[in-house]
Amino acid sequence: MNLDAHLPILQIIVPLMTAPVVSLLRVPSLPWAAATVTSGLAFAVAVTLTGQVLAGGPMSYALGGWVPPYGIELYVDHFSALLLLIITGASTVALAFGKASLDQEVGHERAPMFYAAWLLVVAGLCGIVATGDAFNLFVFLEISSLATYVLIASAPDRRALMATFRYLILGTVGATFYLIGVGLIYMMTGTLNLADMTDRIAEVGELRPVLVAAGFITVGLALKAAMFPLHAWMPNAYTFAPHAATAFLAACSTKAAIYVLIRFDLTVFLPHLSDHAEQVSGFFIPLAVLAFLIGSAVAVFERNLKRMLGYSSVAQIGYILLGLALLSPLALTGAIVHLFNHALMKSALFMAVACLAFRAGSVQLPDLAGCGRAMPLTMGAFVLAGLSMIGVPLTAGFVSKWYLILACLEYGPLGYVLAGGILVSSLLAVAYVWKVVEAAYFQPRPEGARELREAPPAMLAVLWLVALGNVWFGIDTDLTLGLAEQAAATLLGDGS
Amino acid sequence: MEFLALYNYWVFAVLLLIGLYAVVAKVNLVKRLIGLSIFQGAVFLLYISMDKVEGGTAPIFQTADGAGVFSNPLPQVLILTAIVVGIATTALGLAVVVRIREEYGTVEEDVIEDMDADS
Amino acid sequence: MTLVFGVFLLTLLVIVAVAIVRSTNLFAAVMLSGIFSLLMAVNFFLLDAADVALTEAAVGAGVATVLFLSALALTAEHEQVRPGGAALQWLPLVVAFATGGLLIYATFQNPVIGDPNAPVHQHVAPWYLENTPELIDIPNVVTAVLGSFRGFDTLGEVFVVFTAGIGVLSILGLRHTLVEMTSAEIDARQRSLRHHLIPRVVGRGMVPFILLFALYVQFHGEYSPGGGFQAGAIAAAAIILYSLLEGDDRGRALVPEWLLQIMVASGALLFGGVGVVCMLLGGSFLDYSVLAEVPSEGQHLGLLLIELGVGITVSGVLLTVFHAFARRASR
Repeated sequence: MNLDAHLPILQIIVPLMTAPVVSLLRVPSLPWAAATVTSGLAFAVAVTLTGQVLAGGPMSYALGGWVPPYGIELYVDHFSALLLLIITGASTVALAFGKASLDQEVGHERAPMFYAAWLLVVAGLCGIVATGDAFNLFVFLEISSLATYVLIASAPDRRALMATFRYLILGTVGATFYLIGVGLIYMMTGTLNLADMTDRIAEVGELRPVLVAAGFITVGLALKAAMFPLHAWMPNAYTFAPHAATAFLAACSTKAAIYVLIRFDLTVFLPHLSDHAEQVSGFFIPLAVLAFLIGSAVAVFERNLKRMLGYSSVAQIGYILLGLALLSPLALTGAIVHLFNHALMKSALFMAVACLAFRAGSVQLPDLAGCGRAMPLTMGAFVLAGLSMIGVPLTAGFVSKWYLILACLEYGPLGYVLAGGILVSSLLAVAYVWKVVEAAYFQPRPEGARELREAPPAMLAVLWLVALGNVWFGIDTDLTLGLAEQAAATLLGDGS
Repeated sequence: MEFLALYNYWVFAVLLLIGLYAVVAKVNLVKRLIGLSIFQGAVFLLYISMDKVEGGTAPIFQTADGAGVFSNPLPQVLILTAIVVGIATTALGLAVVVRIREEYGTVEEDVIEDMDADS
Repeated sequence: MTLVFGVFLLTLLVIVAVAIVRSTNLFAAVMLSGIFSLLMAVNFFLLDAADVALTEAAVGAGVATVLFLSALALTAEHEQVRPGGAALQWLPLVVAFATGGLLIYATFQNPVIGDPNAPVHQHVAPWYLENTPELIDIPNVVTAVLGSFRGFDTLGEVFVVFTAGIGVLSILGLRHTLVEMTSAEIDARQRSLRHHLIPRVVGRGMVPFILLFALYVQFHGEYSPGGGFQAGAIAAAAIILYSLLEGDDRGRALVPEWLLQIMVASGALLFGGVGVVCMLLGGSFLDYSVLAEVPSEGQHLGLLLIELGVGITVSGVLLTVFHAFARRASR
């Protein structure tokens, strides 16, 4: 058996098939250990796969040995490889980081189910990214969504239940919209394979069902991606999920939906549908600008640290969509790099918050006043990741913002306004990060508040690893930019 | 008869509309889940309506060589999967609703919102 | 004649859907949605989708109704009526009408239903119909596509069911937190039909036959409508019926909890394991042809095993979910 050729399927079935085994483990800590090792293995597969794609170009895998479009195909190129790295990487660090925090919140009795669900999220997201079949994508979308609901509902706070329910309703509506869109396209083209669909949609690109399908797929995925104004489910879902799970989900769950959105809009629709370029720009640019202005502005006034970061994610997703909407190679490169960089900064920030919550038992800013002195290492990492989110030079966040601003300036007169918008939003980011810094370092510990001490070394080590990753990928951009430039070129290949 | 040739698709659209309204407008959580299943049921109808071939039968061969006119098997396969996904979502949703009822004592969303605003 | 019948049924569907949304009695709404599913199943049957009709009837009218009713027993049977609450809400109405209107706008360029020249019937689908006799060699093309050509979707489907199973277990908690009860207390608390003689005698007589039918549907799916999913649902229905008649505790004694959890996991593992064995034997994942000397025999073997996996997980999950709800009811 030649293992290399099987890498795309291994990426999915390694976490997928371990999940049932994990659900049966009844020894304390064993489910966590099994999930962490499996997740690490999946990350190793992703790294090897990326190496192969870089060396030999995109890989295709015919499931069941049936040639596409008759069978289901897996298709991994530079763009998907980058996403696979984000997903498996974020899962592995969050698991390695979160043992103590998750033990505290989830407890031992639920642990087998919880970690099985975690692995299902990983497998589902990897499946979404790796599959080359529109319906198969829906199936994996649902695996990851259902498993995500389980993760969020495992939190001890009762408000987590309402957050789960809202996410379940909106998530299902989004997935069903996507299914309607795929159905209409299938009705007009007779195929479900994405590459085949691209070839065959040209003939029917003028017809109403296809145009309506484009609308349904875009809106459905925008709901899943928490794009403004369809983000209503997201801040609360992130706020009430177990802290370590938030660090994982915030880094990659909306990213997979954005990935599909970019893939569908740019490769299937853009080259073949009349006026699609104008529609994409006209639809996404205003929403993206509103997303990063409103998202950042709401974050400034938020007192719950996790919800603040949730709204900050709304803004960051706005940047990514702007990169998509400008439809130039430069902007798209910026958007794709930002997918990676945002995962880095958000997972570091949420891990720092998890450390704070682990000791202070709360994520409300007033309860965290003065924590900077008691937990210097945790807050140091928070500040470092915060700088990356603002976009300070020498951090990862700077790289992607730089590309986006350059792309805006290239875009013409409207571009200057857009670049101005990005700057305003970044200033707002300075404001809310500063708010945390001020509370942590310049305010006294409130009377009668819980005595704080530094988080456990195991948590700190992983936190700092990711925080330093923000610096590393701000300086050495070969891997991330290399993949992103190649991905952007392929995506816009026959489009512009 | 030409007029009725698209009737299935209109019913699909109307059912979708009804389901979506219930999902968005209702405050009772169980009712929203019922609306969600109407919404999903509508999509099943869309797919199955396109599988019909005039004069065809269900795609199960009666003779060894597979002669005859058959309707399209592929949308049926897709919807078999979608039905299962639908019931899985419903089961999970109901479990969450039961827990909400235990924690809050009600399943009316506006009442729950008031309780959360107080806390 | 079929056309008129179809139009009649579809119109009825719309009427039932409106009635469901308007009813403030949730019990009535659940019953109506059972009827909705049955009507839907009849429509599917008219549209030549026998497998889908069987599944929709078993799942939509059967399993979903049981789940909704168990949930209602634990929540409330009526929607709260607010002053002016019966009025339509405008924003949702506009959203819903915009969505529906857009779809109706699109339909005027849809291919006509039943048109053999529609794009759906051209590209991939005829290939399945032409090649199934040679490549898979079974009469039911739906089973061939489901199990083999698009077997990966079905693997995903099993894992969706698995996720729902462990999800419900995780959300509703694993164990009784009840203190030990005497059998008299259990009897008093049971919401079972144990005290009703006729349903009990008739129902108990039916349980073995339903199980037998489930086995038929399980292993005859290659020749007629049916397969692992439907069989799993029917088998679970038999045990659920037994639990309703005899009380949840005796139902659990019949299929104990540890066995259920093993079933839930092992069905999914069996399906995936078949795929891995295919890889070890030198094929792709889920390439059953390598399982035997003659490729079509390998396909037969592969389909048999994966359908078994589907059946085991589905019945395990449905029973797990049912017990999780029923256990709450006896608290």
